[in-house]
Amino acid sequence: MTRAEAFWRGYRDCAPFIIIVVPYSMLFGVVARDAGLDILQTMSMSVLVIAGASQFTALALLQENAPVFIALLIALAVNLRMAMYSAALVPHVGHARLGVRALMAYLMVDQAFAVAVRTYEDNPTMPTAVKVAYYFGCMMLICPVWYAFTLIGAVVGRGLPASLSLDFAVPVCFIAMLAPLLRSLPHVVAALVSALAAIAFAWVPWSLGLPVAAGIAMVAGAQTELYLRRRAARVRP
Amino acid sequence: MISDTAFWGLTLGLGVGTFLIRFSFLGILGGRQLPDWALLHLKYVGVAVFPALVTPLVLWPEATGGAFEPARLIAALAALVAGLRTGVVGAILAGMGTLYLLQLIPGHL
Repeated sequence: MTRAEAFWRGYRDCAPFIIIVVPYSMLFGVVARDAGLDILQTMSMSVLVIAGASQFTALALLQENAPVFIALLIALAVNLRMAMYSAALVPHVGHARLGVRALMAYLMVDQAFAVAVRTYEDNPTMPTAVKVAYYFGCMMLICPVWYAFTLIGAVVGRGLPASLSLDFAVPVCFIAMLAPLLRSLPHVVAALVSALAAIAFAWVPWSLGLPVAAGIAMVAGAQTELYLRRRAARVRP
Repeated sequence: MISDTAFWGLTLGLGVGTFLIRFSFLGILGGRQLPDWALLHLKYVGVAVFPALVTPLVLWPEATGGAFEPARLIAALAALVAGLRTGVVGAILAGMGTLYLLQLIPGHL
């Protein structure tokens, strides 16, 4: 496979995700304008951050008048998962030039990352240069669509009626991202603990209940995994 | 209303911070491994953060002035079930679709 072929294969392999990225980015444009941001602010956020979940989080917390550094910490916590993406990419493209890796890092988004790593694992003989080209093919489809539809959402958003309850699309998007993550018992336990702890700590000011709930839930997930491992070790010594 | 200083402080911080997270292993840390306990907890970041974010948005949404609306809870559960069975697109369609359907009921839930 040449580099050009790999680029276009990545482009095609990520095409199904357009159906999610289009409404999701438009929704961000709409919600941001609704929160009082102007078009320049809305676009700046989408271009500088390109991480929908954290952008929605930051916006929601600003609207609740949370202090900026709390909003920043929580939004960054939402993006911490990408440290693991970064680690997972090292064996495949860690040998690329530093500038190339920096650009790859800037463009890293969930869906395209998932497609790229699956392809790398299915094709272990791909040379690094081809893997890099494939990665950029994936991202070059997702990221321009992300920018363009944020802009469209920001421009037309004001015209949408309140009866569409578009605010509800924010929790729905988070649920859509959550569902595929619930793939083992510890993940389900962590999610349940997270929801219950969010209710229990809802009284905490400045949205600090969120990091508390998330911290407890992470420990719950990790401890469940350790418990299941210990039990499995006892059954099969 | 969101103030300009709050917005730009947050956006620049989030932009730089998010880039550093994405670049972390790929760039700065190279091939070095995180300790096992950190990797173990990092696995649960997504499932620990998303439900805590969603729960207040569903139970006491700003659009209703913070009042509980059964229609939103039912729609959220529909989105979750559809997400588990089908995928992302199914979850979005089921969530918004269920809310719209329930809102059609006169004096809805």
